[in-house]
Order: sequence, then C-alpha cells, then structure tokens
Amino acid sequence: MSAGSALQRNKPIVDYAPEELLIVTVARLLEGIRHVAVGTASPIPGSAALLAQALAGGDMRVSILGSRESQVWSDTGVELFDCAGQGRIDAFFLGGGQIDGQANINLVGVGDYPHQKVRWAGSFGSAYLYFVVPRVILFREEHTRRVFVPKVDFISAPGTSAPNVYRPGGPWALVTGLCLFGFDRDKRRFRLESVHPGHTLEEVRDNTGFDFDIPDRVAETPAPAPGTLALIRDRVAVEVADAYPHFAKRVFGIGRETEAAI
Amino acid sequence: MTSQIIGSDLDDLVRRIPNGAKLAIPKTDCAGAMAATRALIRRKAQNLHLIVVPTSGLQADLLIGAGCVETVEGSGITMGEYGQAPCFGRFVREGRIKLKDSTCPAVYAGLQAAEKGIPFMPMRGLIGSDLAAYRDDYTIMSNPFADDDPIMAVRAIQPDVALFHTPLADRHGNVWVGRHKPLMLLAHASKETLATVEEVREDNLLDDPVYGPATIPSIYITAVAQAARGAWPLGLTGHYREDSEHFAEYMRLAATEGGMVDYLDRHVRRVGVAAE
Repeated sequence: MSAGSALQRNKPIVDYAPEELLIVTVARLLEGIRHVAVGTASPIPGSAALLAQALAGGDMRVSILGSRESQVWSDTGVELFDCAGQGRIDAFFLGGGQIDGQANINLVGVGDYPHQKVRWAGSFGSAYLYFVVPRVILFREEHTRRVFVPKVDFISAPGTSAPNVYRPGGPWALVTGLCLFGFDRDKRRFRLESVHPGHTLEEVRDNTGFDFDIPDRVAETPAPAPGTLALIRDRVAVEVADAYPHFAKRVFGIGRETEAAI
Repeated sequence: MTSQIIGSDLDDLVRRIPNGAKLAIPKTDCAGAMAATRALIRRKAQNLHLIVVPTSGLQADLLIGAGCVETVEGSGITMGEYGQAPCFGRFVREGRIKLKDSTCPAVYAGLQAAEKGIPFMPMRGLIGSDLAAYRDDYTIMSNPFADDDPIMAVRAIQPDVALFHTPLADRHGNVWVGRHKPLMLLAHASKETLATVEEVREDNLLDDPVYGPATIPSIYITAVAQAARGAWPLGLTGHYREDSEHFAEYMRLAATEGGMVDYLDRHVRRVGVAAE
C-alpha cells in the first residue's frame, strides 16, 4: 500500500485474512453460550470459541479436544459424550464432506456404501452429538456443489428427526467461505443470513446444490472490527497455537510449527 | 515373585492373537502398541476383525495395508493432519474389507455393555442415520419407562483380544493407563488383554494412591511385554514425540500398493526391525 493520502490516513485501514472473518462470524454465533466444545482438526472454530470467550470476559468454558497444555478432561473417552448427553455442552461444531439442504451430514464417503469410490475417515461422534448439543454449528470453508449437494450419499447424522425422537440438539447455522446460513428446524431448510464481503448472492446460488430460503434484502457479513482483530492477533492466536500450531503459524505467523509438545 | 504375566517377548505376545480374532485397539493418542503391531504383521496375521476404539490412524491403516484385516469396526480411520488414511481408502474402494461404521459413543456403549456383562446398552442419537441402517447390531427399542420414546439399543461388544501400549506396568502385571480410561474399559470388556510398556517397576502400582486409580489390575491382563519406544512412530505422552518424518514417509509410500510393499519391507519385515 502506498504511503497514504490524507483520506487514507483518516480512515482506519483494516486488512484481515479470510480466516479472521470466519473466526469473527462463528464467534458471533456463540454469544450467550456457557460451554462450547471443539473437536479435533477445527482450527477456525477453535479460534472462534477462544475469541467468544475473550469477548465474554472469560465467562464461557471452552473445551478444545487435542489441546495439550490446558487439559479439561480427566478421561480421553466417554467423558465428552456423557457431558453432552446431560446437556452440559451448549455448542459444538460439525463439518461434512457432503451437507444437504435438510442439514444431513456425510462424513463417510462418496458413492454407494460400503465400497465407495471416495472414502473419508468416518462419522466420529456426529451421530450422537448432533442430537444432544443444542447449538451445532456446521462449518465448511469449501463452498462448492461438490460439498453442498441435493442429497448426501450417506447420512452420518440426520439434520432433523421425527417429533417423538429425543432431540434437544441439532443444526443452528452453517458457515462457509462464502456466506452464513441459519437453519429453520421446523421448515427443515437453510436460510441465507449474510454473504461475506467480496462475494455475491449469485455466487452462493451457483455453488450450492440445494434450495435455500433467501430474504428480500441479503445482508453483508460484518467485517471484523479493529478491536476484535487485535484481540484475535494478540490473544487468540497464542492460545489456539497450543492445539493448532500449524494453523497459528500459517495464519498468524506465530509459534513453533515443528515443536509439537510431547 | 514376578507374575507369569510379565516377561513375554513381542513374538510371544502376538501369538496370542489368532487369525480371525476380534482385536480391539485404542485411538492413536492413547498410544497404539506399534512394535507389537509390526510383530503381528510379521506373524502374517489374517482375517482380523479390527475394532478401533473408537477411531484409529496409522496402526489400523498399517494392518489393513499389510492384508491382516477382514473387517473394520469403529467410527473413523484418519491420519489427522497428514490426510486421509491411504490403505483404508484403497481397500474400501476395491471392496477388500468389510465395514462396520459406527459413532464414537456407540463403540464405548457396546464395550460398556460387555464390561457389565449385559447384552446391550441403550443410547441417544443414531436414529435415522445410515450407520444404524447398515448395522444389525443396532436396533430401536422403546424406553420402558415412557410412553413414546424410541431409543437405540447397541449390542455388547466383547473383543477377543485388546492390545495397547502404556508407559508403565509393575512386576505383578498391573498396568498403568494414566488419563486414558478407555484402556481400562477396553480391558474390562475384552476376553484377553495384551499390553506393551516402556518400563516395568518392582513396586505394586495399585498400592500407590496416585497411580492406583489409573491402573488396570492384573486380573484383566493376559500378558505384558516390555517394549522401549513401543508406540513409535506414534508419540507417547510424557515420553516421546510423534515421528513426523516417518509419518510423511508412510503417507508417500502407502499411497500405492507397490509403495506399501516397500514400506513393509523397509520398516516392518527387515531383519534389524525384528530385534525390537
């Protein structure tokens, strides 16, 4: 950027990374939460949870699985699930190799099960946590028709259930690299909430394989405020480096990429 | 007196895992018994029904790639930040393994039923998922204490053999698991339990107020073999780090059938390794 004109000097110049916009967007979805748990391999949701905690003045419990220096469990197995089953976890994140318009998620693979042409890792805790955690935030950065399909090839966990099925939990929102959707559990449909700066409704439509509700006026996802960005860079970046050193190094340029703690 | 449980070598240990056995292994961060796994591959184990509790990574992928596995049961096989599990993906695509896909708490629930000696465990979730659709050992029942409350029943999972690695055992055959309580569940649920450990101590771990509550009593343990760096190339909490260079090499070689043969020759079957 050129050494600026008067105009540029008077206006705060805020550059932010796409990851930082997603962190802020996800953090906003966690307002009012008492306890959020974050699964493995979720650096952006993990950062968002830590940001939400910082914004709540620390009055929020964040349990990041795989965090090495700040253990919150005395058990590496059933404790998380029992905790969730009792309603002690308010928010959790799930992704999906495929996600469809009814918020069904597929973590298993592409094609006819079992001998699928593309096989992913598996369903992990999704088929349970999606039922019992009230605010499940679906997060998938890649926004393409490959991911957002009309119907998933395998239902790892269904988005909705029959009325008699015990289900205090379920999908709350879907955050992608292009936009934010809310989910209407009665209508069983996603509703576009906002489109990220620099992207358009057409782009969202073109890259989404399912139908979704569109409000009359589509909002733009708010850009991170300078104070929030400072909080991310000064505090969240350091904290998240414990569980996600590679991510912290790549996005924030801090930490010890090769120095995984024992 | 030192217990009979202690003092197996790795080859003795893996002879207790017959072909076709239901073999249960813990998730990667509980430390898989990798040295024993390599011995099992050298023994040319076959048709194993591998139960990953509730997920696995390199250990399961290696056993699959070496042709030891007929069925994989569990809720995920992943190489974490290194990517998708290469042999698992290839064997699924080519129809060379049977799958019993699950969700983490259902694996624990099945083991908990076995631990208690009861036939099944009810659990929330699962209803309407394709996991339940493909499993004949999951079925919907009615909550007997409510009018209209369907709930999933998960059949007990009793492995023939559990195999894992921990830092420490004592000469009586008690095995310390630290915070990895799933290992205790696994030992309780399984017919036999085999452990490899870094170190064997003289004193009784169960007498120690700190170690005792996190120690599996020898009643549940079939055999223990000492294996220094027995989790390598996995890391062992408090002892050594994961060998990321080795993981990178694995990912490169295991990507193809031919490369996998190379890997097995180099790191599993070669003579020097047999001394471990």
